[in-house]
Amino acid sequence: MSVKKNGSQINKLETGITGFDFVAGGGLPKGRTTLLAGTAGSSKTVFAAEFIAQGIVKFKENGVFITFEESPADICRNMRSLGWDIEKWVAEGKFAFVDASPDVGSQSVTAGEWDLGALVARIEHAVKKVTAKRVAMDSLGAIFTQFADGATVRQELFRVASALKSMNVTSILTAERIHEYGEIARFGVEEFVADNVIILRNALDHEKRRRTIEILKFRGCSHQKGEYPFTILPGAGIVVIPLSAMKLKQKSSDIRITSGNAELDSMCGGGFFRDSIILVSGATGNGKTLMATEFIAGGAKNGERCLLLAFEESRKQLIRNATGWGFDYEQMEKEGKLKFVCEYPETAGLEDHLIKIRSEIDSFKPNRLVVDSLSALERVSSIKGFREFVIGLTSFIKHGEVAGLFTATTPSLMGGTSITETHISTITDSIILLRYVEMYGEMRRGLTVLKMRGSMHDKDIREYTIDGTGMHIGKPFRDITGIISGNPTRIQQGELGRIDELFAEEKVGVNEKEG
Amino acid sequence: MDKIVLKLYITGQTPKSERAIANMKSICKNELEGRYKLVIIDVLERPQLAEDEKILATPTLIKVLPPPLARVIGDLSDTEKVLVGLNMEPFQNSKKKGGSGK
Repeated sequence: MSVKKNGSQINKLETGITGFDFVAGGGLPKGRTTLLAGTAGSSKTVFAAEFIAQGIVKFKENGVFITFEESPADICRNMRSLGWDIEKWVAEGKFAFVDASPDVGSQSVTAGEWDLGALVARIEHAVKKVTAKRVAMDSLGAIFTQFADGATVRQELFRVASALKSMNVTSILTAERIHEYGEIARFGVEEFVADNVIILRNALDHEKRRRTIEILKFRGCSHQKGEYPFTILPGAGIVVIPLSAMKLKQKSSDIRITSGNAELDSMCGGGFFRDSIILVSGATGNGKTLMATEFIAGGAKNGERCLLLAFEESRKQLIRNATGWGFDYEQMEKEGKLKFVCEYPETAGLEDHLIKIRSEIDSFKPNRLVVDSLSALERVSSIKGFREFVIGLTSFIKHGEVAGLFTATTPSLMGGTSITETHISTITDSIILLRYVEMYGEMRRGLTVLKMRGSMHDKDIREYTIDGTGMHIGKPFRDITGIISGNPTRIQQGELGRIDELFAEEKVGVNEKEG
Repeated sequence: MDKIVLKLYITGQTPKSERAIANMKSICKNELEGRYKLVIIDVLERPQLAEDEKILATPTLIKVLPPPLARVIGDLSDTEKVLVGLNMEPFQNSKKKGGSGK
């Protein structure tokens, strides 16, 4: 991939690191050196090693790894869990180490002037030996600890950097940072490789570690700005989640699918759109899971495949509940039309959940996806992380033309909105509100279709009941106001009649189209 | 007495390399009097040797024998430090001491 600017061309080298190339606008600037700075434990070494590993795996580009910190044996062992057999590549002549890790046993005395000529010669030798296209050096800070004379190290690093440039390789140099948000790197090393800087962060956010990557600058090249979350998966390595860089380019479909409930279908003007995201919001015990169950059953009836992501109940509980409403989950599962993924939200970070959900969707290829409930996931993340998760998920399923139904729990029994809703309502295509209505000492239930993008829909608040055969939507609450706000008040029949007369001519336009 | 085996790693014909060789030769002549073996290795010609020995900086002097292994980095302009680094008493001093004992 290349980016043309004012006639001069700066090529990019695809790294092969999942998601990174997208954020980086194609990859790292080719033939240049990039500084990778991060605090302790921000996975600098993994990134550097994966840069070399992916070159070998995906692009047949050999690489050299210069280590100042860990021994080659340690690196081989650590990377094996990510699925890379470095020892094999070394034997095949695809990977070469330049081992500059400190020897515990040997001590050295400095007597006079010196330079890092031997290091440069070794790097050149290794690059030639395996005809390397990629070089990683981990880490600059560790060289400073090996030599007492910081000024000479600084000067010599400059030489190493310029030698790398002349070798026509694309390289990554890692450097330590002390603070997540502060100067770029320790020892002021950024001045050697100031052209391109990437920062890895491992910030503590609401008692959770959140890894992010930020491209601070690529001189003369375009890239995405800001921090992007990433995670490290066994067998896959680093996975950058390019959330804010996603494009609103998904297709749109006019095809309607059933909600599994005939009355709800007619309220929505003939069913949900096939690639829409539906948010069902309601207080606890209000029928959200039932609505999700009907959505699944409706799909299974038409031969569609449904993936159910449950974050509150186990598979057994879900089956029992569905049986109580007259739906046979086990049969659907047997026919391959339903798949359960039940997990506590706390088992992983949201980034990991997102990646897991994606791979489930990729392997099961569902037509419908149910998340019950989205609010449960909110517990384990910051607001920003949660938003990014929802955006990442919705964008992914929309591209796959999967209909998604998410449930959200409102904190109060009567009325009110959940935090989930306020954050994601703009992303969803349809919102259905389920509300309790207190009347004469009795809890009744009301349902309304608040929003239905691109379609006519019923604006009434209708009463519904739940029994052994599911959900039954009945007549609108005609003589009650204030249901959604949480204080239902009965209106006198006489007054209602008077209002009806006032707006008699406008009744034709009850169903209006939403922009 | 055991022979001292020394290896001096340099990078090409730089002034620093030449200074190190000259300094080494004079130390050998003045301090080690014939009981040494010196090998000079140019890492530009033999980079694999530098790799095997994990040489980073040049010039580097390594005392291979007798043990323990010792390293001295730099152009060896500071004779006293070189001898300290090699774990050796200055030879002339010990000879002088021996002479006074006679």
